[in-house]
Amino acid sequence: MFTLEFLQQYWWFLISVLGAILVFLLLIQGGQSLIFLSRNEMERTMMVNALGRKWELSFTTLVVFGGAFFASFPLFYSTSFGGAYWVWILILLTFVLQAVSYEFRSKKGNVLGTRTYDAFLAIGGALACILLGAAVSTFFFGAEFTISKQNLVAAGTSPIISTWAPTHGLEAFLCYENILLGIVVLLLARTLAAMFFIKTIDGGIPFQERCKFMVMRYGIAFALFFVAYAVCLLFADGYQWAADGTIERVANKYLWNLIEMWWVAIVFVIGVVLVLYAIIRTAFTKDYNNGIWPCGIGTVLVVLCLFWIAGYNHTAYYPSLLDPQSSLTIANSSSSEFTLTAMSIVSVLVPFVAAYIVYAWWSLTRKPITPEEMQGKDHKY
Amino acid sequence: MEDLTALVDWSRAQFALTAMYHWLFVPLTLGLSVIIGIMETIYYRTRDVKWLATTKFWMTLFGINFAVGVATGIILEFEFGTNWSNYSWFVGDIFGAPLAIEGILAFFMESTFIAVMFFGWNKVSPKFHLASTWLTALGASISALWILIANAWMQHPVGMEFEPEQMRNVMTDFWALVFSPVAVNKFIHTVLSGWCLAGVFVVGVSAWLLLKKRNVPMALRSIKVGAWVGLVGIVLTAGSGDGSAKVVSRVQPMKLAAMEGLYHGHQGQSIVAMGILNPDKTHDNAEEEFIFDISIPYGLSILANGDMNSFVPGVADLVNGISIDANGDTINTVSYAERIARGKMAQEALRKFDAARAAGDNAAMDAARAGIKENFNYFGYGYLNSVDEAIPNVPLVFYSFHIMVILGGYFMLFFVLVLFLVYKRDNVLTGNRWIQLIAIASIPLVWICSEAGWVVAEVGRQPWTIEGLLPNCAAVSAIPTTSVMVTFFIFVVVFAALLAAEIKIMLGQISRKSLNDLDKAEL
Repeated sequence: MFTLEFLQQYWWFLISVLGAILVFLLLIQGGQSLIFLSRNEMERTMMVNALGRKWELSFTTLVVFGGAFFASFPLFYSTSFGGAYWVWILILLTFVLQAVSYEFRSKKGNVLGTRTYDAFLAIGGALACILLGAAVSTFFFGAEFTISKQNLVAAGTSPIISTWAPTHGLEAFLCYENILLGIVVLLLARTLAAMFFIKTIDGGIPFQERCKFMVMRYGIAFALFFVAYAVCLLFADGYQWAADGTIERVANKYLWNLIEMWWVAIVFVIGVVLVLYAIIRTAFTKDYNNGIWPCGIGTVLVVLCLFWIAGYNHTAYYPSLLDPQSSLTIANSSSSEFTLTAMSIVSVLVPFVAAYIVYAWWSLTRKPITPEEMQGKDHKY
Repeated sequence: MEDLTALVDWSRAQFALTAMYHWLFVPLTLGLSVIIGIMETIYYRTRDVKWLATTKFWMTLFGINFAVGVATGIILEFEFGTNWSNYSWFVGDIFGAPLAIEGILAFFMESTFIAVMFFGWNKVSPKFHLASTWLTALGASISALWILIANAWMQHPVGMEFEPEQMRNVMTDFWALVFSPVAVNKFIHTVLSGWCLAGVFVVGVSAWLLLKKRNVPMALRSIKVGAWVGLVGIVLTAGSGDGSAKVVSRVQPMKLAAMEGLYHGHQGQSIVAMGILNPDKTHDNAEEEFIFDISIPYGLSILANGDMNSFVPGVADLVNGISIDANGDTINTVSYAERIARGKMAQEALRKFDAARAAGDNAAMDAARAGIKENFNYFGYGYLNSVDEAIPNVPLVFYSFHIMVILGGYFMLFFVLVLFLVYKRDNVLTGNRWIQLIAIASIPLVWICSEAGWVVAEVGRQPWTIEGLLPNCAAVSAIPTTSVMVTFFIFVVVFAALLAAEIKIMLGQISRKSLNDLDKAEL
């Protein structure tokens, strides 16, 4: 029904959507990294509970992002996860500790004590943002791996098809652009989280004002770091593949992608404007508490564009710094036409899934969290 | 090669650790979600606040357990990439799809509605809340369905073909995966064993309440629901276990032989009900199989084939390629030595195909393709150096299988007895200390039973990640062994700390909450 090329583009689009939603939901992690800025125990309880009612969504989105990547582009899963071992293991540990910390922190007999679990939340939240940002940045600035499928049956050698630099992912932190995107993601997540607190916690005027100050502080810092990263990205070399599958280095590839895919540039600008609008209005308008929506939508649009310029327009989305011909593209790393078609049929259910998530989210957050609710007998973290 | 062996061993150890740890929490989630759903349904229909109190008591324990189960599930998914990267490419086209569908259809359902379940009591209508509780249970079972379809496919690869150009397998029939007999039996067997486990947990914890004489009416109510769910679970688990055995005898005869410690099979093969294996026995010596055994005549022939006179091959028969047909005549099957030879031929043909493709020689490509196809069923055997590598750890599989079966039988009797007592002699249940202690002691036993089942399933299929096609040694990632060792011990420490915390919190919640009269407590 659909060509393999169409299905590869479609699945890169879905991966982009999941990645963009994941970055938006990193507000949970960003919020966790802020909990020690609370002024008292009640404030921290409200912050943790506001975030805790959503932790499963960011967690699940990461799982589905990984599963969808596995199903649609298995060579990426095979290469990156097995290669950048330490980065992915550290990301996993932050999410594991997050999951149990919410549930255990306020329970008596939790062995490690509430402050330890809160420290897990705070440190894990910050680390998850930085690590995921750095991991995504390798989509542009490359990684040190080679792939040789012939190894599978090569006589007398290891049958493993992909090999990596001995540092197994930690070398990503030697590239300042990767660290930069990690910091950008952390600052964005904190900005979003502050807006989320404003929207979902009825903690009194001083709390609201401090959250607005956080929006200003982290929002401005985010904007500055984001501009720096965007400049690095747009003037960086990239890799593109030709019709015969060979891959070549191209100067300013991502800038060219924005020019040649003008519609992406428009979406990118709209996204940036929405984020800036939300930051400025939230920070400087006293009664405005809906900044999470324009900022969230803007975040999703900008991240979508980053994924699109990483993978579309014949771009290698996972460049190999050791052997450019090993670089991954949506053409050479995808599943078969049959599998992508089967998965595409299942993806028809995604709007239905999204609808019930939105409805449940709306049902639970219609009323902001109050100190009175936290003192009640209902389930809380 | 020595390094590769160490890497494979540590990678297996890490995966086994994660999987077995994950499975401490998952079956309780599967079963307890159903029990809570039934309790809340009774509350919804009767509006009796005692049932609301009962529901909330068990829901608290469910939440503590759920968090760790979810947390460890993500590690398993990612470990397919981090530790088994060759596997991820070789079969990712097929294996990735169920994982992604699991995420889309099940994880979002679970994670969305569990939030409503815990935080929605005063925020959504009772009907919506009840629906959320059941949708959480449904989400957990759908999640299990897709992961078990994926696991079943590893045990019995169907609906696929090898694509030599990409050096990987690709899916050709999605429904063959979904409705594979291994998958169907595995789903029923696994999910319903979770009902049994949760039933024992609820009955055991309730027995503790009876022992302490706390919230006796609530304990008796809980026992009724828990024991019925547990009984249904164990009966259907046993039934699907019979179905599983028949499928295993057909698609994984080596696993069945290991489960029974059978080296030399016969027509009308007996089944070992209990026994001690002879540790000196191997497939190529004449030692006795057992030091001691109690066997049931014809049992294994009936279990495996539904025919009391049928032949069931043992480990040595399979290795030597010997079988006996319905007429009693000895016939030859493909011996393991021949499988290894043919696997190497398939790999050689693939090398030739690759060379021909690079040279643009279509005729040579076609010839090589035919060679691959002819021997592809034994492709994975080409990675093995001796037949010994293709035999699983027989004692571990044998003892795990028998522990599982014996405990399974015990739990069937346990639930029948508990139901009889709770309906006809509840004074015995509330007053007899020994009955209460037995119920409490059954809690760890049911976990041993459940874990033993997975040991049978996974150790029994060694050395294969994909039966016959990809052994462990060709499925790993190229990472230093020391890295895997370090992460293994990190996981040991983290898992141990979390388990200690989980158990302490759970015991604390049971003890503390039951101090109040829950039927009269403010809800």
